[in-house]
Amino acid sequence: MDVLVGQLFTGLSLGSILLLAALGLSLTFGQMGVINMAHGEFIMAGCYTTYVVQKVISSAGVSLVVSLLIGFLVGGLLGAALEMGLIRWMYDRPLDTLLVTFGVGLVLQQAARDIFGAPAKNVLAPEWLSGGVTIMGAVVPKTRIFILVLAVVAVTTLATVLKTTPLGRRIRAVVQNRGLAETSGVSSRLTDISTFFIGSGLAGVAGVALTLIGSTSPTIGQSYLIDAFLVVVIGGLGQIKGTVIAAFALGLLNSYIEYSTTASIAKVIVFVIIVIVLQVRPQGLFTVRTRSLA
Amino acid sequence: MPDSRDIHRSRSRRITKALVAPTAVALAGLLLTGCGAKDDASTEGSNAASCVDTSKDSIKIGSLHSLSGTMAISEVTVANSTKLAVDQINAAGGVMGKKIDLVLEDGASDPKTFAEKAEKLVSSDCVAAVFGGWTSSSRKAMKPKFESLNSLLYYPVQYEGLEDSKNIFYTGATTNQQIIPALDYLKQKGIKSLYLVGSDYVFPQTANREIKAYAAANGIEIKGEDYTPLGSTDFSTIVNKVRNAKAGAVFNTLNGDSNVAFFREYTNAGLKAADMPVVSVSIAEEEVAGIGAQNIAGQLTAWNYYQTVDSPVNKKFVADYKAAFGADKPTSDPMEAAYASVYLWKNTVEKAKSFKVADIQAAADGVTFDAPEGLVTVDGSNHHITKTARIGEIRPDGLIYTVWDSGKAVTPDPYLKSYEWAKGLK
Repeated sequence: MDVLVGQLFTGLSLGSILLLAALGLSLTFGQMGVINMAHGEFIMAGCYTTYVVQKVISSAGVSLVVSLLIGFLVGGLLGAALEMGLIRWMYDRPLDTLLVTFGVGLVLQQAARDIFGAPAKNVLAPEWLSGGVTIMGAVVPKTRIFILVLAVVAVTTLATVLKTTPLGRRIRAVVQNRGLAETSGVSSRLTDISTFFIGSGLAGVAGVALTLIGSTSPTIGQSYLIDAFLVVVIGGLGQIKGTVIAAFALGLLNSYIEYSTTASIAKVIVFVIIVIVLQVRPQGLFTVRTRSLA
Repeated sequence: MPDSRDIHRSRSRRITKALVAPTAVALAGLLLTGCGAKDDASTEGSNAASCVDTSKDSIKIGSLHSLSGTMAISEVTVANSTKLAVDQINAAGGVMGKKIDLVLEDGASDPKTFAEKAEKLVSSDCVAAVFGGWTSSSRKAMKPKFESLNSLLYYPVQYEGLEDSKNIFYTGATTNQQIIPALDYLKQKGIKSLYLVGSDYVFPQTANREIKAYAAANGIEIKGEDYTPLGSTDFSTIVNKVRNAKAGAVFNTLNGDSNVAFFREYTNAGLKAADMPVVSVSIAEEEVAGIGAQNIAGQLTAWNYYQTVDSPVNKKFVADYKAAFGADKPTSDPMEAAYASVYLWKNTVEKAKSFKVADIQAAADGVTFDAPEGLVTVDGSNHHITKTARIGEIRPDGLIYTVWDSGKAVTPDPYLKSYEWAKGLK
């Protein structure tokens, strides 16, 4: 029983990490069609932001909260810079964005190595997040619960922004039909930049959360990038609902399979399942319903 | 309109013509320079001519470590320590009157790159010896290159044993100088069962085979065995398995960044060193800082050297390293082995009075160096060195303190010939 519950929470927490890593991608890749290979490095930027903030604010609890805000800004600004500097010239050329952003990712990794050094940096977790709570016989680390809550907050905030604010309406309009949106007076340039800002900012937030469980090192982003892409593809492009469901489904699947087999075999089995799912539903679990002709 | 094949053919003819002339010139040049004042290495047994240039005032050696990728966390410091030894030797007059010229290469945490860069260092940079490698996969990838090019590799990291090569000097510990002392220590402490966690590659797999053989012969139960891909950062499931297994101790052969995630998860899940200690064989002082001392304090490590080793030689080594690379930089076991490697090479060259591979191989047996870990001696029969085994405890200050040591340097036994239970291991 406690194994089942323990793995349930492990799966949920793995899912929430995948969700945080993939949420920004579901905007930039799912909605805008840009294959941003530097997304992992934006996550890494969030990790290092936490480290730097902690150097300034010694209280780990306060610095974590401040880092969430600054991490969003740092990730967002990096994303906006990438959009304005490079990506704006290559919309509708997804393969070119792949190559260019891959290069940018390598540059950012090396930059982190030059600035902070190759060895991992230690980011302290706040006192109130140390240890775990016992839920139905299983010990669940508090950091994992925090990340789960953070993921839920991030998703609801993003959904609210997209659904109810003018900015959200503009983003959806541009995604659905760029030409018509422009004719209606929506600045697609400004909207593209804002979308990239939000998407990359969410990567920064994911990075802040990851410092609680992983290593703050130049390569941290790479370990999550592929999984994040899988989540977005499985969920269906441009679908936040799909991203959420896919993230938790993959997290739970992985945790239960891994418990009864091994980490490497679990990865293979999950991959095979993904391939089968994509055979049956190449468009992902959910798809955008749009009236545009594009 | 001409046939497209014709165009193609005439173009390729033109290209061929254009290439012939410079190639011929280059070949002629190679032939001319090829017989300059180069070291004649057509010694018995070698099937490749060495291009080491011993006519100048300096001699080139290579440093080949992962300066990027997941292993950079560990290997950058080892490359630093190689450089420290080279600088010291140069300041003291060099090797046989020649200054050492260090050629730096990046293996990028990728065995294939290690093999390519090793070939480049030996064949085109013409270095007299290469100091490098960390993962066993990188060593296994480089081994055939050093053997076919008949050059020398000094490999500074503890490894799984069951190997020797006349072209490699193993200056890190082999199994009977690290893993077996750790198992003996656990057994003596009354540990009855173990859980094995490791990265999915050569060293952990082989080390765990040896641990299982030892356990079977010594009445220790193996509760479980798990591997994760190198660089993996999610350990919640494995930590759940470890907790549910209720083993006496965990034997950890994870490498690189994975250790950070593993120990964070271990601590967060409420597991403590007092209840279920983790013995690690790849975590040194530098990694402790990245993991966070609060997440790993109280846990055990098995190595041959710690920064806290109390000897005048070590105090000088630590002070010199900090002076060169920063006061906050710790020293660690592989760094110490890399440092000793350069001096062992120097002492061997001076004993052989030659930079030739065959002469060095012939002179190696019995060469000693008063290393920071204590006196080490090269064993000419298997190219390993004697080392003092030490079990250490990680303290909250981030340093590792010896809780047990072998007293004297342990003779290397890479094939575990002196252990009855190891029969059948390959």
